[in-house]
Amino acid sequence: MRRLRPSLWLFLLATSGAVAAEHRFPPPEFEAGHKLPITTTPEARALAWQYVDLAVLLGALGLALWLIYRRRSRRGVMWLSIFSLGYFGFYRNGCICAIGTIQNLALGIFDRSYALPLTVLGFFLAPLVVALFGGRAFCAAVCPHGALQDLVLVKPVKVPGWLEHSLGLVPFLFLGAGAAFAATGSAFIICRYDPFVPLFRLSGSMSLIGLGAAFVLVGLFVGRPYCRFLCPYGALLRLAGLVSKWRVRVTPDYCTQCKLCEHACPYGAMREPVAAPTHPEPPARQRRRLAWLLLVLPLAVGGGALVGRQLAPLAARMHPTVALAELYTEHLSSPKKFPPMTPEALSLERAEADPKALLAAAADLRGRFGIASTWFGAWVGLVIVIKLIALSLRPARTDYEPDRGACVACARCFESCPNERVRRGLLPPEALPPRPLPAAPVAMKKA
Amino acid sequence: MNPGPTTPAFSRRQFLRDGLRLSAVAGAAGLAGAMAGRTQAQTTVWQIDPAKCVRCGNCATKCVLEQSAVKCVHAFDICGYCQLCTGYFEPEPNELTTAAENQQCPTAAIKRTFVEDPYYEYEIDENLCIGCAKCVEGCTRFGNGSLYLQIRHDRCLNCNECAIARTCPGDAFRRVPVTHPYLLKTDTH
Ligand code: SF4
Ligand code: SF4
Ligand code: SF4
Ligand code: SF4
Repeated sequence: MRRLRPSLWLFLLATSGAVAAEHRFPPPEFEAGHKLPITTTPEARALAWQYVDLAVLLGALGLALWLIYRRRSRRGVMWLSIFSLGYFGFYRNGCICAIGTIQNLALGIFDRSYALPLTVLGFFLAPLVVALFGGRAFCAAVCPHGALQDLVLVKPVKVPGWLEHSLGLVPFLFLGAGAAFAATGSAFIICRYDPFVPLFRLSGSMSLIGLGAAFVLVGLFVGRPYCRFLCPYGALLRLAGLVSKWRVRVTPDYCTQCKLCEHACPYGAMREPVAAPTHPEPPARQRRRLAWLLLVLPLAVGGGALVGRQLAPLAARMHPTVALAELYTEHLSSPKKFPPMTPEALSLERAEADPKALLAAAADLRGRFGIASTWFGAWVGLVIVIKLIALSLRPARTDYEPDRGACVACARCFESCPNERVRRGLLPPEALPPRPLPAAPVAMKKA
Repeated sequence: MNPGPTTPAFSRRQFLRDGLRLSAVAGAAGLAGAMAGRTQAQTTVWQIDPAKCVRCGNCATKCVLEQSAVKCVHAFDICGYCQLCTGYFEPEPNELTTAAENQQCPTAAIKRTFVEDPYYEYEIDENLCIGCAKCVEGCTRFGNGSLYLQIRHDRCLNCNECAIARTCPGDAFRRVPVTHPYLLKTDTH
């Protein structure tokens, strides 16, 4: 009875339901005692290795701090970068990475059914906590994305200030968008549009590999384009760096105002001295400025929230369930014909099987998107106003200093400083211009 | 050379910075504490729920790997060992032989061996299987449903967001604990 005639096939085709019950034929009864093969189940990468990754991360962070602050060694930082690129990049295929964990965290907070793996939380927190104390040591030599860009840089060009400042907003917007899409459970866009992970894997869609190649090409001349103009985790680290306890200092002694370090920094992070204003702003003007700010801030945040709210239906389409529900309602008004067995036809079939549940799920998701994009809009408003405030403040500075937020602690500037060269015995102390008079406010060297 | 304290000229800034840093540390600790109850020591991996897969073919093409990490697996205890396997043979095959034109599988990844009359055993060569689900469709629609797709974890990179999952028309992908990384079909007779 198991010897079906080929002609029976047609009969089967005609009679079988769409997804009928399986187990149509009885199991065989072998006379010779044939033993069934076993379906193999190769193990996934063992959990222990995840903890090894975390340990490597912590070790590399500690080593980076030591190399930056104690050894002040560019070469050491470079070797550690090469190691991190090899381990987190090519060996671990860029996954697990701290950049993507933002999304796991957002999903974990808003979706109760998703239990956040402990190692992922560790990957999110460790570089941030380190940055709160010692600046962006993670970016310096642990992040494989940063390491790759740092190592391919051949001839840095200076990015004009206006461009640097405006593109510098993008990471913050990407951070907000990435968190919003992850919180609604619709997509991990930070991972999806990551330009380097396809390179680490040496596979992926052509368009993504092309994007990665484009970033590498640009990165030959523009220092760390992804870090400065896209990386959402870098945005967080930048904020942490701004309030960090210790910071990268170029000179081990006093600043000779030679500007050499400014040329050494390929990332536009060096800030030149700013004289204290000779005529401090009169209090009336200061008050007026504060009043303005207090007015503009809520306006920008509220306006952003309103615009964000309008964008919710558009953003909601990123969620596969909402997209399917829309396809289904469209199909109801003007029937769509897809070739059978294509993903479109099959998903429409699924929609038709239980339209009520689908539409309800989509409605619920649209509600979540309404909230998420309102928050996102408010965030955009906040980011822009805070950027404007930051631009309007010009803190007095007597020496050349790296910007706390922008500095990725690559350690290139150290060797450029004549005072550092004296410390290393590469220059005789007499070669230096004299120490500035104590009358001038010396901001460096107290220890 | 060590980062030293800043001069008194900056002390107001310094104070602000210390305060912000303290609150950031407190925030991080708070976050860790709040999430502690919702974290798990385990990690997850992606897997296909065979009951939801609708055999669309995306699994062959949408994986980030050149050779998809999704392969057909065979639940031998469900298989009927049919001579005319609807997963193996094209509809209306010329004859029941292993000639390529008779096979569903585009890469001839299924090995058909005679066991005893009238039983044949079907085994998947994973190095050839591209996860296209053609055989799965045939077996599920007309047979016992013993052929089905699974992500093979010796190949899968466990992407943070599986590239196939987001295009799956059956919504069949989900995260499963790494200790139980397969959603296997087993005999329910
Ligand atoms: S800015 Fe982002 S990509 Fe660049 S090194 Fe830092 S974490 Fe990595
Ligand atoms: S994408 Fe989904 S429906 Fe399509 S073959 Fe893979 S698991 Fe099945
Ligand atoms: S038909 Fe497709 S899924 Fe089945 S064994 Fe062949 S390649 Fe694999
Ligand atoms: S998680 Fe990545 S490697 Fe694994 S099946 Fe999905 S896309 Fe392929």
